Amino acid sequence: MTGTLAGLPMRAASALPTLAAVGVQRTAWLMLVFPLAGALVLLLGGRRTNRFGHVVGVAMPFASFVVAVITFVAMLGYPASQRARDVHMFTWISVGGFHVDAGLLVDQLSISFALLITGVGSLIHLFAVGYMSHDPDRRRFFGYMNLFVAAMLLLVLADNYLLMYAGWEGVGLASYLLIGFWQYKPSAAAAAKKAFVVNRVGVAGFSVAIMLMFATFGTVTYTGVFGQASSAGRGTATALGLLLLLGACAKSAQVPLQSWLLDAMEGPTPVSALIHAATMVTAGVYLIVRSAPIFNLSMTARLAVTVVGAVTLLFGAIIGCAKDDIKKALAGSTMSQIGYMVLAAGLGPAGYVFAIAHLIVHGFFKAGLFLGAGAVKHEMNDEVDMRRFGGLRVVMPITAATFTIGWLAIIGVWPFSGFFTKDPIIAAAFAKGGISGALLGSAAMIGAGITAFYMTRVLLMTFTGHRRWEPDAHPHEVPPVMTSPMIVLAIGAAGAGAFLMLGNRFVDFLSPVTGAPPASRGLITPVSGATLALVVLGAVIAWAMYGRREIPVTAPAARFPVVAARKDLYGDAVNEAVFMRPGQWLTRLSVYFDNRGVDGLVNTLAATVGGSSGRLRRVQTGFVRSYALSMLVGAVLLVGVLLLVRI
Amino acid sequence: MTSLSGALAAATITPPHIEYGQLSPLLVVFGAAVAGVLVEAFVPRERRRAFHLVIALGGLVAAFALIISVAATPSLFAHGSPGHVVAMGAVGVDGPTLFIQGTIVVLAFVSVLLIAESSHGVSPFAAQAAAVPGSAEEREGLLRGISHTEVYPLTLFAVGGMMLFPAANDLLTMFVALEVLSLPLYLLCGLARRRRLISQEAAMKYFLLGAFSSAFFLFGVAMLYGYSGSVSLSAIAAAAATNVSSATLLYAGIALVGIGLLFKIGAVPFQSWKPDVYQGAPTAVTALMASCTVVSAFGGLLRVFYVAFGQLTWDWRPAMWGVAILTMLAGAIIAITQTDVKRMLAYSSIAHGGFVLTAVVAATAAGLSASLFYLAVYGLTTIGAFAVVTLVRDPAGEANHLSKWAGLGKRSPWLAGVFAFFLLAFAGIPLTSGFAGKFAVFQAAAAGGALPLVIIGVLASAVAAFFYVRVIVLMFFSDPAPDGPTVVTPGLFTGAAVAVGAAATLVFGIAPEPLLALASHAAAHLFVR
Repeated sequence: MTGTLAGLPMRAASALPTLAAVGVQRTAWLMLVFPLAGALVLLLGGRRTNRFGHVVGVAMPFASFVVAVITFVAMLGYPASQRARDVHMFTWISVGGFHVDAGLLVDQLSISFALLITGVGSLIHLFAVGYMSHDPDRRRFFGYMNLFVAAMLLLVLADNYLLMYAGWEGVGLASYLLIGFWQYKPSAAAAAKKAFVVNRVGVAGFSVAIMLMFATFGTVTYTGVFGQASSAGRGTATALGLLLLLGACAKSAQVPLQSWLLDAMEGPTPVSALIHAATMVTAGVYLIVRSAPIFNLSMTARLAVTVVGAVTLLFGAIIGCAKDDIKKALAGSTMSQIGYMVLAAGLGPAGYVFAIAHLIVHGFFKAGLFLGAGAVKHEMNDEVDMRRFGGLRVVMPITAATFTIGWLAIIGVWPFSGFFTKDPIIAAAFAKGGISGALLGSAAMIGAGITAFYMTRVLLMTFTGHRRWEPDAHPHEVPPVMTSPMIVLAIGAAGAGAFLMLGNRFVDFLSPVTGAPPASRGLITPVSGATLALVVLGAVIAWAMYGRREIPVTAPAARFPVVAARKDLYGDAVNEAVFMRPGQWLTRLSVYFDNRGVDGLVNTLAATVGGSSGRLRRVQTGFVRSYALSMLVGAVLLVGVLLLVRI
Repeated sequence: MTSLSGALAAATITPPHIEYGQLSPLLVVFGAAVAGVLVEAFVPRERRRAFHLVIALGGLVAAFALIISVAATPSLFAHGSPGHVVAMGAVGVDGPTLFIQGTIVVLAFVSVLLIAESSHGVSPFAAQAAAVPGSAEEREGLLRGISHTEVYPLTLFAVGGMMLFPAANDLLTMFVALEVLSLPLYLLCGLARRRRLISQEAAMKYFLLGAFSSAFFLFGVAMLYGYSGSVSLSAIAAAAATNVSSATLLYAGIALVGIGLLFKIGAVPFQSWKPDVYQGAPTAVTALMASCTVVSAFGGLLRVFYVAFGQLTWDWRPAMWGVAILTMLAGAIIAITQTDVKRMLAYSSIAHGGFVLTAVVAATAAGLSASLFYLAVYGLTTIGAFAVVTLVRDPAGEANHLSKWAGLGKRSPWLAGVFAFFLLAFAGIPLTSGFAGKFAVFQAAAAGGALPLVIIGVLASAVAAFFYVRVIVLMFFSDPAPDGPTVVTPGLFTGAAVAVGAAATLVFGIAPEPLLALASHAAAHLFVR
């Protein structure tokens, strides 16, 4: 109830006119230009740039970060109602009544993302210098990574849906290229294809939504669409909301389009950290929050969003419990955490701010966790099976420490980040009221308990207990170029939540764009107390199962629930049964029909045309006399026709 | 006749009033042609080509400039007037005519570039046309490096006739123009340096059938004179509006004059000369015929049927429908089984004539402007395509058999790519000028109520697309023949012709609007009466 009520002032807020950018903000486009230039130099420069490729690759996101910070500081100088600024770049498409400018919208929401993308992105680029040091294709890797950063910035900074779509496809392309970076591995190539195909489904939804917007409003700019959104009617708003949700589901790996994310871990670990944990997979959340004026109009669309979020947060958490592959366990956790954000976004203005806040701190701790996993993998000869780890805290103390901070942040222990951003989501879900509120809140709370269980499991299996290493593994602490980003991210994971949420700092900053949530009820509420109790329970169970007991090197046989979780809760099986097999049947049927029906018809037609061509050709004898005769016959016919018409 | 005897009786001759300014484009071209004859008479053989080039190209450029200056004369189109009738009623100067003349001059300029190409030491024309093929004289002429430089004045005379043909305001002037444009072409067709027998055969066939069709035209003129008592187009129109007696004469006249015009266009059933002549003629001359002659013939057809028979649209339309349908279908279908690239382009040219006829049938300003646009862009693409044909050679000359073009894309990707681009334009693929042209004519035809024609036109385009794409597949997806032709590096002139064709095809495909606007501006007031 509070959600709908709070929606009203919000709509007024986002209909504020966007001012043109002035001063230093007019150069905000440099944010895009740096990584794009880096990608061009590295990808077109070829082997000549091998020597210094990684330097360029790291410098460009850092340069973007500097621009983002300058833009941000300039923004803080304006009063809250004047912080949304439009940076016009050039007229992109102008065909008849269809006019699209390429422009950037620098507001509180987009600058939050830009800082996250460039900040965390720079750290991960730095980590990758060490991680990819032995890869002969490191330069190409950095080229793709810079391309990704440019596309992701375009996605969040665009001031209209079509430009956002361009960024959306750009990050999809970069993701595809990077998942399949080690394409000589069939599993990597297959995973890249899978990500590509699943994202086609989402893109279909997104593109139809854009067409519907243009058909309804005659424009695709945010200001144009949102200004007229309330006049479009509930049905259109619901349709738009559901189509955008479809796009968000694919990009953010939400049920039912979740299956690609686990396989995407085939990519190099910095890719998993940047693209498949911190930034790209959160684009769906951005899309929903950015389209808030549309979602605010449709209860149905928002309910669908909350259901998707709640289902996914449990789904991902359960998968995370059963994975022995450290990266896949973390991928399950990513799905689950994004599920929280989607759930929050579906709650409307009551949840938008918390969705973005959780998204930002998640960017810190999940990137840190992935980099930690990458460091371990790097030192363990590319082993990812946690059953072959154990006791690594002794040889990799810095990695273990940063990972532990990430662990505390994700399970939401006070005063670490997750506590400050996850609990408001759970509270907001309960505050929705009614049966749906209770169900969503319970799901989110139980999810927190499961998160504690599987993250504790990952921590214990990797860093404590006996050494179950392969005989040829000799892990050491990774070099400073890799530990320093982990340390910075761990600081963020520890403090970002408190920094953002205490004193309503982030809420006040973001609410001009997203609308303000109802005032919070204090730090410790019954809900947060119960959540904390569940978290402790989950961690204790995990300790009892994995900390106390010896861990077998091969996974023990398991019964139903564990088997199901190990198989990604039959996500692929469902895809095969629902889409692939009927699709194959449809293909076979259409091939049959094509062979017998269409081809038959076409072949007959072609034979007829070809045959008559051959016959008609013989009229061309080469003799002038027969030509003259044919002309005479034609002349007689023509004269006859004209005279007959007269009669 | 009465006026003549009256003049004689008075023993004074009223000098005809000639508007030299408005006729200047024609006069410049004919003057350049006469100057070319003088060059043949007085300039030593080895220096003639240079003289001819300067005179021909300069004359055409001057003519184009004069056409623009005439078109820009405000008094000509003052008060919504469609234009002027000049030279004692013999010639009409109006928007469509100036557009067609401009088109012809541009196309002729590019054709002359092709005709003048001799960068590989040999002109494409025979050394001595009179020498018997295979004789000692011929060999001697070849060895001495002689070539017929008469082709330049001949071409200019033909171009002058082509410019007069659509401007002629009475049927006798039109007949004279028809002969002036045809006779030099008959000669030019027989002047190929290689494969002279087939070239001479082409010239002979073209001459005989052309004479045959001229006879039809002249019979038609006689009948119309018998009906209306005048050969002037406007007088015939006036008579048709008032005089309802002896309609048989009128309709037979329409049919017979129409036959003469449709023959030049190559519409079915008067198309039989086209493949043989296009194949046998020197390729540069084929390019001239396939572009300029077709444009000119359509100009004449449009003027006669819009001015003289403008009120009888309902009477001639069914027959013209039939001709358009037959032309589109026969052109497209027979082209499928052609194995010679020039014959294939000839049938393609027949089919394209049918497409333009669909717009002619509309008998509206929109139909007129669509036809003008189509003719302009099609002419440029055609010259480009024939220019490419001149570059694919084997030891016996041009390699025109399609089997020799197999795998050309692997050996000369640029040339094959440009040719493929031209073929796509012929097929009417978007982003080529062919698409814009087809769209314009079919739109005009549909707006004029000829939807069935449009449907048949689209079907014929689909059939035509098949054989265009087949050549592309042949060039790019077949293995090259071991004894395949070599592609000579285009000389300056041929390269310019290919470049102009490709650039026009691309530019008018992406941005057809300026030319479309010009055509519709030219056609806004139809023809002067």
